[in-house]
Amino acid sequence: MDVLGWLQRTSVDAPWLLAVIRVLLLVVPILTIVPGLIWWERRLLSWMQDRIGPNRTGTITIPDNFPLASLRGRKIRTFGLLQPIADGVKLFMKEDVTPSSIDRKIYFLAPAIALFPAFALGATLPQASTGFIPGTDILGPFHYLTPVANVDIGLLYVLAISSLGVYGVVLAGYASNNKYSLMGGLRASAQLISYELAMGVSLACVVLATASLRMSDMVVAQEQALWGFVPAVQNWFLFTPFGLVSAAIFLVCVVAETNRAPFDLPEAENELIAGYHTEYSSMKFAVFFMGEYAAMFVFSGVFAAVFLGGYNLMPFNWEYLAATFPAAAGFFKGMAAANYWLGPLGFVAKMAAGITFFIWLRATLPRLRYDQLMTLGWKVLLPLAVANFIVVGIWVICSNERVLGPVGGWVALLVAMGVLAILYMNLAATIKKGAKSMDKRTVKLSDPQAKRSIKLADPGPASEGGQA
Amino acid sequence: MIREQPIPTIDWLTLAPMTTVVVAGLVALFIEMFRPKQSNGPIVTVSVVGLALAGALTLAQFGMEPGPTFAGMMVRDQVGLVLQLLLIGVCLLTFLFSDPYLREKKIAFAEFYQLALWSTAGGMIMVSTTNMLMLFLGLEVLSIALYCMAGMDRKQAKSQESAIKYFLLGAFASAFLLMGIAYIYGPTGSLDLGGIAMIAAMPESGYLTMAVFGVGMLLVGLMFKAALVPFHQWAPDVYQGAPTNVTAFMAAASKVAAIGALARVLSASGALQEFWLPALFWVAIATMVVGNFAALVQKDVKRTLGYSSIANAGYVLVALLAHVKKPDQVPLTTALFFLVVYCLMTVGSFAVVSLAAKGGEEGTRFQDLHGLWKRAPFAVGCLIVFVASLIGIPPTAGFFAKLFIFQDALSTGLVPLAIVLAVTSAVSVYYYLGIIQATFVSDEGARKTVSANPSFGLNLVCLFCALAVLVVSLAAAPVSQWLRGSTQLPGEAQARSELQLDSGGRVGAR
Amino acid sequence: MTANQVVFLVLAAIAGLAAVGVVAFGNNPVRAALLLVLNFFVLGFIYFTLGAQLLGISQIMVYAGAIMVLFLFVIMMLQLHQRSPIVEGREGRGVLAWLFGLALAVVVFASVIVPLMSVSGSPIGDEYGTPQSVGRVLFTTYVLPFEIASVLLLIGIVGSILLAKRRL
Repeated sequence: MDVLGWLQRTSVDAPWLLAVIRVLLLVVPILTIVPGLIWWERRLLSWMQDRIGPNRTGTITIPDNFPLASLRGRKIRTFGLLQPIADGVKLFMKEDVTPSSIDRKIYFLAPAIALFPAFALGATLPQASTGFIPGTDILGPFHYLTPVANVDIGLLYVLAISSLGVYGVVLAGYASNNKYSLMGGLRASAQLISYELAMGVSLACVVLATASLRMSDMVVAQEQALWGFVPAVQNWFLFTPFGLVSAAIFLVCVVAETNRAPFDLPEAENELIAGYHTEYSSMKFAVFFMGEYAAMFVFSGVFAAVFLGGYNLMPFNWEYLAATFPAAAGFFKGMAAANYWLGPLGFVAKMAAGITFFIWLRATLPRLRYDQLMTLGWKVLLPLAVANFIVVGIWVICSNERVLGPVGGWVALLVAMGVLAILYMNLAATIKKGAKSMDKRTVKLSDPQAKRSIKLADPGPASEGGQA
Repeated sequence: MIREQPIPTIDWLTLAPMTTVVVAGLVALFIEMFRPKQSNGPIVTVSVVGLALAGALTLAQFGMEPGPTFAGMMVRDQVGLVLQLLLIGVCLLTFLFSDPYLREKKIAFAEFYQLALWSTAGGMIMVSTTNMLMLFLGLEVLSIALYCMAGMDRKQAKSQESAIKYFLLGAFASAFLLMGIAYIYGPTGSLDLGGIAMIAAMPESGYLTMAVFGVGMLLVGLMFKAALVPFHQWAPDVYQGAPTNVTAFMAAASKVAAIGALARVLSASGALQEFWLPALFWVAIATMVVGNFAALVQKDVKRTLGYSSIANAGYVLVALLAHVKKPDQVPLTTALFFLVVYCLMTVGSFAVVSLAAKGGEEGTRFQDLHGLWKRAPFAVGCLIVFVASLIGIPPTAGFFAKLFIFQDALSTGLVPLAIVLAVTSAVSVYYYLGIIQATFVSDEGARKTVSANPSFGLNLVCLFCALAVLVVSLAAAPVSQWLRGSTQLPGEAQARSELQLDSGGRVGAR
Repeated sequence: MTANQVVFLVLAAIAGLAAVGVVAFGNNPVRAALLLVLNFFVLGFIYFTLGAQLLGISQIMVYAGAIMVLFLFVIMMLQLHQRSPIVEGREGRGVLAWLFGLALAVVVFASVIVPLMSVSGSPIGDEYGTPQSVGRVLFTTYVLPFEIASVLLLIGIVGSILLAKRRL
């Protein structure tokens, strides 16, 4: 309680101090967790690929002259957790090569620009409940400590900053004065612009459902009764039909935005050497590396906050349960308190789950071809996201108590989804038919001797590459 | 807490023609989506039906109580209705001869119809709004569709050039318009054109210079669209490069919309007119002189007609100036009448010129028209009527249109303008007759020229335009009497009454 | 000077210098474009200081985040950093440009900045510029322009397909 009192006083006397603390609470964990992430990725990948992976670094053998005889010769294992530190030392020690004919200023600026959005992105993420301590009407300590800025435009801020992420990559590609780097930069910018749209629309669906752009409001909206009529369970958007579609689109877009496999075309090593960071070595390369992981981490946080109920440990409304089952009220009240005080841990756990998912993807899926990437972004994800947006709009209107109520709203939503699916299939069939009649032309090559015609077929729309 | 915003009252009938045109475009788009790359017949049908419906809805509104809807986003008044009807008519006439032409040019893209419909809707917004935001949006809807249509002939460098030239210069002009809107919005906080008069009524506030510049920039943006000198350079190149049906639509619709908006801005600017009328006076002179004299040396029919359209913009500006100078004496009728006649003549002549396209080739130099009279005697006969009207030979409507302008200019003391008008009209005889002469030159020499067979639609357009030009001339008095319902724009009366109120109440106010 | 004024002056200085830099780096398009990004970005913050949150974030998202990326994309695609071999003789025009530019600057200063000097205080309420209030106005008073703008975007889409799709 003393801490809470200090926070209350400081928020009035020296708000800037609290602001600094909030920023540190956001950035320091990211900085410290990134090395751990690298270790986790390597270990997990090696397990999935039936290898052992880095498990030695940091194993300490207790020397023979150790005072306690029973411990001599024993090994203290750290499962290779010190590997990232060794990697870091290696990167520091490596020769720092700077090519000669580069655009110097931009070359050195690019890694910094790449790192900036990754850290700035989390500023509106609520890592813990900003509301009252359960059972009281006191604003808890987390209210003062998170998020860095609880602004009205939280989600737009995320979109805006993530859209700046492309600059680091593009500029690195340009400044290196290297064909492959430039290609990587161009690919990155095309890819990021394409997937930003679908990402924005998929998040807009959630905005429509919560009627707010503020991130903390989104989490609060997910604490309501599931589907509007199951009060014991929280309404995490992942559990709703439209939220599930949005979440899937958002996840795919995040993978593309962070240049992770299977969307890592800007650094496809078998085509572009290493893409935009070909000419970067030593620490400058490490900064790019770090930016990528930090972005992944923070985007996982956005996913957790928007679709996974934010800082809530489990999708249950403990307070409602306590009121409904007085017999176990004490237990439920305790769970509510745990839910509040362990909120940050829950949030980090969800972020870790998100990252594990990314690593799993990398181990599972092969890299896409460039035209496949563009087709997926423009012809699948974007229309799907827009259709979802329309469906959410219908649901928001219909689920109003004055129109159909929650149950009727879901019926309307399912009907709308069905109608859209049928429309889409019809349209796809029509277009396919039309394309077939146009694209496949029969060319008669008259051969007087053989008297036969050769059928030539156009390669079809797939080879068109309209966006390239 | 957020204040509840009341939804403004909506008079759906005022919006109906514009909405109908937009929806017709959407339906056409869906038709193209569900049966791609097939004949454009259904699309043309839907477009024509939509336009006819919009025209009927417009006609139904004549004589109704004028007034704004949507808090002034659109207004219903006689001027707006006449111009809306005119725009719909232009679009309809263009569509009638477009399909055969586009097929001859091998660019029969259905997108033309949708873009032209939406462009028409943009023009309809421009001529019947007093809100500057809507004015800007209408202008952009009109223009961006035109930029795309101008570049529709994708294999021709000229068409590409005309699109990019129009786009870059047009974007620059739009920036001027926006800056002007910002200058007027700044001091008043209102996007309505009435805001200009508000500033003019309080000259001591220090905002007067801002408003003067604002109005000036608005005028620049609109003068570009109307192709008035010195903002005319784009017009000949764009008219020449764009496909001929697009040129016909562009020359008529964009001029009507720009002149309509120009009339509203000028009428609404109240006392600020004093600052810009002298400039516009010289603009009118320069436009008439440059348009007519530059047309003399052209070797391309479309370029010639382009310069002729510049000159015609100058004539209509004279009518506008006369009206703005003494709105009580001289009604806007003259300008409206001239615009109607101008549209008929322009669409008609470009329709005849579009015959030069055959099998993917099109030449529009004078010698490419040689021998046209033998292959399409009816169309050439109509062309003679149009040209006679463009020159202003007595029995045609063009004569009466110019005569009215001449009278207006004299009666409001704009004598120099009247003289320039008369002299430059005389000069124009030379190049207009050149067009006619070209069609009658025999092509049996070394070089054969080709031309398409006039389609039914094209003949219909020619017949309609020629008849209208002749009939309107016979009935010039009743028509102008009918148009006379629109003596004043609503903003004008309002601005004036505010001014009077102010000058009575405060010393130093105008 | 209040803290607000200091913040504004710093932001304005950065934005102004960046804008000058855009012109000064005319022969290096990538740098000019980057400075324009900086200008747009800082402009977004100036909007924040005025309480126009939604406008500010849209400025960053749309201009700094999307449009300028396309600019850079095109500059890099066309390799515009190589100086064009054609040198135009444009001394006369340069002088004229300076003259007109200066004249315009003076006129704008006299006609716009000077009257604005006397403005004090802001008539704007707290809710001004929040997403909620912008949304309310956008879907009531300005719903017609909103719809027209959507028609405009549709024209853009149809037009770009008409002009650029390889096979139509």
